[in-house]
Parts: sequence; structure tokens; C-alpha cells
Amino acid sequence: MVVLKCPVCGGDVTVEEDALPGELVEHDCGAQLEVVKNNGTLSLKLAEQVGEDWGE
Amino acid sequence: MKVGIAYDLPRWEEKNLIEEIKKEGHEPVPFYSKQAIFYSDKQVNLDADFFIQRNVSHSRALMTSFLIENQGYPVFNDHMTLIKCENKAFTTFILSRADIKTPRTAIAMDKEGAIAAATEIGYPIVMKPIEGSWGRMVAKAIDDDTLRSYMEYQEFTSMYYKSMYYVQEFVKKPDRDIRIFAIGDEAPVGIYRVNSKNWRTNTALGAKAEPLKIDPELRELALKVKEKIGGFFLGVDIFEDRERGYIIDEVNGVPEFKNTVRVTGFNISKYLITKLSEWYKK
Repeated sequence: MVVLKCPVCGGDVTVEEDALPGELVEHDCGAQLEVVKNNGTLSLKLAEQVGEDWGE
Repeated sequence: MKVGIAYDLPRWEEKNLIEEIKKEGHEPVPFYSKQAIFYSDKQVNLDADFFIQRNVSHSRALMTSFLIENQGYPVFNDHMTLIKCENKAFTTFILSRADIKTPRTAIAMDKEGAIAAATEIGYPIVMKPIEGSWGRMVAKAIDDDTLRSYMEYQEFTSMYYKSMYYVQEFVKKPDRDIRIFAIGDEAPVGIYRVNSKNWRTNTALGAKAEPLKIDPELRELALKVKEKIGGFFLGVDIFEDRERGYIIDEVNGVPEFKNTVRVTGFNISKYLITKLSEWYKK
């Protein structure tokens, strides 16, 4: 497990070490977050909103 | 075998595919499309034998299928298949031209044309965005007045085809439709999507998935659709009409299958990987 910071409230967010980039994480503060991986380092950003062209 | 998974949002389906690829003794190669860069003058080593296209965004799916193919890697589904699936006008007209039953449909280039088409087809009609998904903005117009309102709503969206109108007969189906998965040269599994409260039977809109026994006619129809649309892994949506029998509604090039696996117990990921492995060996 890796503890990351919520970019909205600054609180701790626990993420699996092998989380895939793009994976969604719900935080207690209500933010929906997305895992980012840069050079092997994990971080979080606000998740992309559902797009008009999403779906099947 | 190294199996690439082009994705943007890892849903249950993508994670299940990765898991099943490992279980089958192959190596999954997740390809996160949102961080990808392709250069016209450089070859990218994507380190996979082929790719399964799983982007939830249609535009990312189409673009990454094209770019990955352009680098010399096979992608399932390829960009030409996605073009035919994602554009409902293309799907309907390709299939109807191939004598595959589809709901009677008109594409009108302006509002007056759409009204004329609706009058010719007969109300109620269904208006759909030419490119759209999860049943969004699919609306039933009961007369000229409601159709005009829907067209006005469409005009003020940011859709690419916002000034063209897809007008389709309202098929009096039971409170369900059928989803069949065509995988490789087979149509191994399908479900009913039942909704007694909404005529739109997308599971994204609350329809309940129920198991379905695929009869030979459904199997043959799904494979005929696949022959005309192309691709390797399709979700074929079918209406049941009392008089005309099975009618093809839509075809999905990046189908979701979580609910199908849940209610049928059929391992779609494993089946897809097995079929792709057979293809790869050939």
C-alpha cells in the first residue's frame, strides 16, 4: 500500500502499490480521484469527468 | 504471447482481462492511452504481439487503434471496425444494404428533412445522436412538436453531428432487448436486457441482465453482422419484433461485459484470449 495526498483536501489516500494509471479512487472528502504514474511514482489528480463520447 | 490492453479507465472488464491473460500463461501489457505520444517520424516499441482495444472514450479508442495499427501492431478492434460501430448511421446503412434487418431509419441533413422523414416513417419515432452511447439522448418523439424540441436540444450540444438527424422507427419490442457477443468465429454468449420501466434497455440506464440461450438463428445473425462490420470482438444489440423477428439495433466495438459474466457465469475474457491465441498461432 502507498499513502498519497488528496489534491483536493490534502488528506491521506491509500492506494495499492500496483494500481494502474487511470484507476479511480473515491476519497472521504467526496473527491473522485485518478491515479497518475510518472517514472514509476504514483500520485493523484482529480478524475476526468464522464465525456460525451464515453460508453458503448 | 504479450497481449496489449489499450485503455483509459480501468474498469472491471480491463482488470479481468489482465487477470485472465496472466492465468492463461501470457503477459499483459497495459497501455495507458491518456499518457501516450506518437510521432509521425518515429517507430514506437510497444512491446506487445497485438492489442485489445478497451478505451471507454470513443475518440481515444479510434485514435489509439489507428495509431497502434499504424506502428504495425494488430489491434482488436481495428479502427475501421470502430468507425463502422461508433457511427450509428454507418452501422445501420451498412447492415441494411447487406440485407440484415434493421429498424427503418432516415438520416436527414436539416430539421425540415427530419420532420418529413418522421412523417414518412410514422410517429412515434426514435431520435438518436449519430454518435452516442449508454442510451444518452436517445429520445422518443410522438409528433412534430416533440421532434422539433429534441432537434433544438441536439443543435445546442457540442456533438460533431449535431446538425444531422438520425430518425428511426420505434420498434414495438417486448420490455427487453438482446445482447450477443461475437468473438472470433463464434457467438458464444448473450443476455436479455430487461427494463419494464424504460423502453431504452441499456444496462447503463438500469436494465437488468438475464441469461439467454442463443438459438441458431441468433448465432448466425450475430456472425453475419460481424462479417459485415469486421473486427474480432463485438457486442451486437438485437430487437425482437413480433412480425419481422430479429432486428439489429446497434453494434458495439468496445463492448462492456461485466453484467453478462455475472449472470451467465461465462468467462468472456478467457474465451476472448483463447480465440486470440488461436488467431496468433495461425
